[in-house]
Amino acid sequence: MAVTSIAREREHAIFRTCSATGLKVDLAAERLIIANAVVAVVMLLIGGIIALLLALTRWQAIHLLNPVWFYRLTTIHGIDMLVAWIVFFEVAGLYFGSTVLLNARMVKPSIAWFAFVLMLVGGLMVNVVVLMGGSDVMFTAYVPLKAHPLFYLGYILFAVGALIAVALFFVNVVVAKAEGRYEGSMPLVVFGLATAGIIATYTLLSGALAFVPAFFWSLGLVDNYDPGFFRNFFWSFGHPAQQINLAAMVAVWYALAFLTVGAVPLNEKLSRLAFILYIFFINLGSAHHLLVDPGPSFAWKATNTSYAMYLAVLGSMIHAFSIPAALEVALRRQGHKRGLLEWLRKAPWREPGFAALVVSMFVFGWIGGVTGVTIGTEQINMLAHNTLRIPGHFHATVVGGTTLAFMGLTYYLIPLIFRRELKLKKLAIWQPYVYGLGMALVSVGMIAAGLQGVSRRHWDVTFTQAPFQSPVPGTVHLALAVMGIGAIIAIIGGTMFLLVVLSSVFTGKRQEATSVTLVVDPPPFLGYMSEKEEKDAQLQPRGTFVIVLVFLMFFAAYYLSNWWLLGRTWMVR
Amino acid sequence: MIAPPRVWWKPLGQLERSWLLIGLVWCIFLTAMMPIWFFLGRQNVPATTYRATPEQFQAQVNAMIEQYKVGEERGFPIVEPPPGSDVFIQARMWQWYPIVKLKKGETYRLHLSSLDVQHGFSLQPMNLNFMVLPGYDYVVTITPTTAGEFYVVCNEYCGVGHHLMIGKIIVTE
Repeated sequence: MAVTSIAREREHAIFRTCSATGLKVDLAAERLIIANAVVAVVMLLIGGIIALLLALTRWQAIHLLNPVWFYRLTTIHGIDMLVAWIVFFEVAGLYFGSTVLLNARMVKPSIAWFAFVLMLVGGLMVNVVVLMGGSDVMFTAYVPLKAHPLFYLGYILFAVGALIAVALFFVNVVVAKAEGRYEGSMPLVVFGLATAGIIATYTLLSGALAFVPAFFWSLGLVDNYDPGFFRNFFWSFGHPAQQINLAAMVAVWYALAFLTVGAVPLNEKLSRLAFILYIFFINLGSAHHLLVDPGPSFAWKATNTSYAMYLAVLGSMIHAFSIPAALEVALRRQGHKRGLLEWLRKAPWREPGFAALVVSMFVFGWIGGVTGVTIGTEQINMLAHNTLRIPGHFHATVVGGTTLAFMGLTYYLIPLIFRRELKLKKLAIWQPYVYGLGMALVSVGMIAAGLQGVSRRHWDVTFTQAPFQSPVPGTVHLALAVMGIGAIIAIIGGTMFLLVVLSSVFTGKRQEATSVTLVVDPPPFLGYMSEKEEKDAQLQPRGTFVIVLVFLMFFAAYYLSNWWLLGRTWMVR
Repeated sequence: MIAPPRVWWKPLGQLERSWLLIGLVWCIFLTAMMPIWFFLGRQNVPATTYRATPEQFQAQVNAMIEQYKVGEERGFPIVEPPPGSDVFIQARMWQWYPIVKLKKGETYRLHLSSLDVQHGFSLQPMNLNFMVLPGYDYVVTITPTTAGEFYVVCNEYCGVGHHLMIGKIIVTE
């Protein structure tokens, strides 16, 4: 059934066959994956060092940096982490998904290198311009706060490079199908990455709509740039950019579940439906940032902020069930059938990918997801907008969730793609727990401070040099200390990650991978369930069902308590 | 990670179906809460917005100060407009201007606008937050339900003096 619309003999791709998985790896794709992943990790290193300095400044008892450097480094931290680290890694992931997982080739490596250079130049340009001063405008760069023209140009170059990389992903997928590199439907992980790619396309186009006029405005070629217009288009880039992470992260979750316990999706239809819900509805999330803006009406805000009836949230609730359920069923099929939760006790907790998966899902869902839906509720947003609750939410999603999932996947790229022995395994075993604990404390500390009205992006909540001092209760200082201590723990976890990765990549023995797992024995691969197994009562994911019900109760409690809090404040309309 | 079997369009298992249904009901509840609160709740997001250039807005602020000024604190005029009236608060780098005095239980139309960049109106410790944009006059119809001294923090980054920007609202019994 192979269709050969492009003659195979005309291709120049050179493949190797992976000894652990049997997958064919195009060496040109491999080099691109390595380059993008390495730059991503370097960006993570820079952003991480800055993160520590910022946390130690906001921890009022230490208050490390002066205001100029605090605001300058906050700008760089946002851009390097939210854009550079994540997008570079996602490009690596997109190339991996569209070539290695499909046994396919990188169709145009030269263009991929061009995209890589554009992104690198754009990213460096923004970093250098901000460090030189005069462009301390934050990640959001709200007009009419003006930065140097090269700041906007850097953003644009980066976005164009990323857009080209996304286009190449689709080209790879289409050509792989046309050349018959894989049979039947594409694997769910690639489907998830394709979702991320579709979201990325309109996200990056919106970014261009926001930044191209801003570039001309900063050059003085355009007189007036409406701040409301900019906010709308910026957030059509800024928030969906995090939804690219969401889709890519969920795809990585499915991948880690497969690698570490051999789990396959219980129902492909349901999991794919969840991704499709993301594609249709999640871009409305840009309204989350405009909920207390002058301009839009109640109906506009309510419809958009709910992603049209919370259907994108439904997508996440589906994954919240189907991924742990896939783990549970896989472990039950391996013989851990007793009671509700035996499978959980017998799970490979020492395997870094499994630990990263579970901790990432927990921090993302229980902290990030719950708080995100709550503060994205139109009226409740009045209590949360621009307070530390916002970074509290997205440090749980993007850092505790996405970054940790990507770290987990990186451990597997080392033997499979870098073809090096994984060094410092003991550190790798503990790393997801340390990092997850740190980020959970950072998020909870920020949320607790934000609930008490502490602003985000603020150098001094005690207002010592200001004309008035608003009283700061001791509980605020406690919350900020929790955040600071969490940041130190997270930095230790981040350092552990870098030590493992750098020592493996530079000093690890060159070798072909022999196993997909790193610490425990590779899981038996049982494939998709037979009809008889599907009917087996002992293989049903009952434990997961109980866990998600508890999750829903926690969700409801947090959500409803916020309405209660809102009801106690001044009357406003 | 691997290709699914040829036919993967299969009915859902019982637990999957139950969870999907519970999730859908929860999502409908989340959606319904916003319109329910819109009609029954006492805290809703203001939607009234006018266009106002910085010059126009500043003129309105100055007119109000001239008419209702009752005192001064640290160089900031204190104004006490009558209940039900329009109150203008201007944001600029890096101050909220002027200080306003309101009566508990009375309703005011608070006009918020900026003369330069974007600012964030954050009323503490009530923790009510609104965006303040240049060119837009955002009308927040507010009824204080507690008396005392309240502070207006700027919570949208507005330049290197951002953390110096704090204003005051006094509510009397």
